[in-house]
Amino acid sequence: MSGSTRPVAKPRPVYLNLIAIRLPFPGFVSFLHRFSGAVMFLVGIPVLLWAVQSSVASPARFDEFKALVAHPLAKLVVLGLVWAYVHHLLAGVRHLALDLHVGTDLKAARHSSTVVFVVALALTAIVGIRLW
Amino acid sequence: MVNLVQKHAVGAHYGLRDWLAQRVTAVVMIGYTLLVAAIVLWHGGLDHATWQAVYANPAFKLATFLFMVALFWHAWVGVRNILMDYVKPVGVRLALQAAVIAALIAYTGWTIQVLWALQ
Repeated sequence: MSGSTRPVAKPRPVYLNLIAIRLPFPGFVSFLHRFSGAVMFLVGIPVLLWAVQSSVASPARFDEFKALVAHPLAKLVVLGLVWAYVHHLLAGVRHLALDLHVGTDLKAARHSSTVVFVVALALTAIVGIRLW
Repeated sequence: MVNLVQKHAVGAHYGLRDWLAQRVTAVVMIGYTLLVAAIVLWHGGLDHATWQAVYANPAFKLATFLFMVALFWHAWVGVRNILMDYVKPVGVRLALQAAVIAALIAYTGWTIQVLWALQ
């Protein structure tokens, strides 16, 4: 059981104060990856299950569902979740590429983080235009 | 004898397994996302009749179930990482982790109810 005990912990350079921390852009995109994941866990999953449940129930429930989602506030929530999904997916694909040692040098990593951020916003905007 | 070693409330060897699970479940979800996007684009949007037809296909239901389970597993690894970073009191962290697990298991039950219309 040598793995279960360790020497007394030395002070480690942990710095996770979200308000004081200054992140470079890839770090900011990475933070958004985590943030969007948390949002989808807290809001996205129950909303998704509820949406699928009411949309397949019956034509009447489907129309009810559509009417509810047509409310401006609901559209805002949907748009927020769409952004969270798209950003999380694209940032995730970027992480997978980095895992495969694709685009790991500083310039490429900065560039790809910008691409993820902008494309996620652009796709969200397209969905927003279609929603309104 | 004075015990100078400090025990940590962590396990061992799950790091690589979680890392791999996070990526495998991600690839599963990417595949499903592309499938749904292709279906929506193919039909040029979804009205209720089309959606019902797509949804009635047992293969689509199974794919949806696979996606949801991948999603819940992925959410567990991700949320646990967040809790490990930001919630330091062990008791609170364990309580929150237990709540997350309970929620995800409940969501799995809800998914089965929705997909196979159990009441």
